Amino acid sequence: MSENHNQMCFATLEHPEPWSLRAYESVGGYRMWRRILAKRPPRRSLIEQVKKSGLRGRGGAGFPTGVKWGFMPDCDESYLVCNADESEPGTCKDRDILRFNPHALIEGMAIACYAIGAGTGYVYLREEFGDEPYRRFQGALREAYENEMLGPDIQGSGITVYLHDTLGAGAYICGEETALLESLEGKKGFPRFKPPFPANYGLWGRPTTVNNVETLALVPRILRGVRGWRVGTEKSPGTKCFSVSGHVSRPGNHELPLGTPFADLLELCGGVWKDRELKAVIPGGSSVPVLPAKTMMELDMDFESLEAAGSLLGSGAVIVMDETTDMVRMLQRISRFYFQESCGQCTPCREGTGWLYRVLTRIVEGRGEEQDLEILEKVPDRIEGHTICALGDAAAWPVQGMLRHFRDEFEYYIRHGKSPVSPA
Amino acid sequence: MNGILSPDLCDRIDAWLERFPAEHRRSAVLGALREVQKAYGHLTPERMDAVADYLGLPAVQVYEVGSFYTGFEHRPVGRHTVAVCTNISCWLRGGEELLAHIEKSLGVRAGESTQDGRIYLKSEEECLAGCCGAPMMQVDHVYHENLTPEKADKILRALS
Repeated sequence: MSENHNQMCFATLEHPEPWSLRAYESVGGYRMWRRILAKRPPRRSLIEQVKKSGLRGRGGAGFPTGVKWGFMPDCDESYLVCNADESEPGTCKDRDILRFNPHALIEGMAIACYAIGAGTGYVYLREEFGDEPYRRFQGALREAYENEMLGPDIQGSGITVYLHDTLGAGAYICGEETALLESLEGKKGFPRFKPPFPANYGLWGRPTTVNNVETLALVPRILRGVRGWRVGTEKSPGTKCFSVSGHVSRPGNHELPLGTPFADLLELCGGVWKDRELKAVIPGGSSVPVLPAKTMMELDMDFESLEAAGSLLGSGAVIVMDETTDMVRMLQRISRFYFQESCGQCTPCREGTGWLYRVLTRIVEGRGEEQDLEILEKVPDRIEGHTICALGDAAAWPVQGMLRHFRDEFEYYIRHGKSPVSPA
Repeated sequence: MNGILSPDLCDRIDAWLERFPAEHRRSAVLGALREVQKAYGHLTPERMDAVADYLGLPAVQVYEVGSFYTGFEHRPVGRHTVAVCTNISCWLRGGEELLAHIEKSLGVRAGESTQDGRIYLKSEEECLAGCCGAPMMQVDHVYHENLTPEKADKILRALS
């Protein structure tokens, strides 16, 4: 596994100052951008290359990146926006890319700007990244300008790219791309109806592409054709940064080929902590359905395998739970989060997330009633698909997943007024 | 109103304005409010009015941003903002117990500030993206990971 470990976004990690320009250049950094500046290839040819690479968005939705870029029309004013509002519970990979390899993001953004025909790109970091990740990114941005990698008529190429850093102000919803655009316009983070999609009507109404940090940071090495990308499965080529958290001996971020067996990933993190048994895993961030241990131990970590098993690769946040985990309380905690973070724009989400949280709280407090299970089944169905953005779906899926695999724990709680698992 | 935005504060707001095309001054609202909060500790209607005035926006456009985002405070809070993550990855590794311990040692509940005005214990709902270092907390956005109650106490005691 080691030769395929941390070879793309985390390629600089072995360097003493992995975030520096020197470190980035020592692993071939800015070579692709220099080539583009020198040769000015047709922008569509780069999009074709990204399409061919099979790169899919790494923020959660997994939309093919090249296809997204291809939607961008030729026009005078268009924008690239990098979504660095990493806040899907369990996910902490973008923070490490910002801290340890910010130049990969900058080069990826410069290339993406060129490919989509945008002269300006914005990075929207969540406010909570305002200290170290932001400072590292700003430092790298300064270095990039000083070394004429960005700016007007870069190195006499006639190509102009400006990148700017911006910060959010604390709102999970701004990780949704149209809410993020609203926020960049200085408004409340209310998601927009789609269509029109950002490629037609984006930032300030101009054509805009929104990509995740990991997605953009991968682009330079993909285009350079490095060996590290020639891994993965037929339908899920390349690598993924997995944030493994929860009940493992050594939690951590690991960039590995897609299709890596979950069992190998678990082993890399020292297995389940305290010599306990594995109970369940949320394999792609808090929004995706939970899967039981038995299923997970036979699964490969790629888009198609997780989907076939009834979950999703999502953001690649792998949340591991041991045998002592109270699944009802776990779900209550998840539901509290979506209730708090619903922007309130759509009634099914605003009201439905509150219903779910209150019913789950009732069950946890020993006041559950037989009909509560029915409510927990019906409410998610009435939220899912009935809202402007995917937060509603994200609030519904964890409930559906938990009931599918751990229904007996909910029944026990309701009947006995207490948890079926003994506390650790 | 000019008394609210000092020349230094205006410079800081201008730095946000410079990131956006001249016709999109509204984009600087979040940055401007953050700078005002940094200078004064919290927002008030007068301070938001001053921002609206400076950016040339209707006051409501600033109020609605000020009230939407959880990063903005509307009452006096302690000098240092402490946020303990209790979202799922931290919850699995004792985040809730850590918060309960900190509440007890500081003598405040989440959402309150200490009497001496030293620490504001923020009521944090979002995951703070420190999942692999759970349980964790932020002190003025600086990450402190793999915490124990003892380690947390030591960090909090050192705050001036």
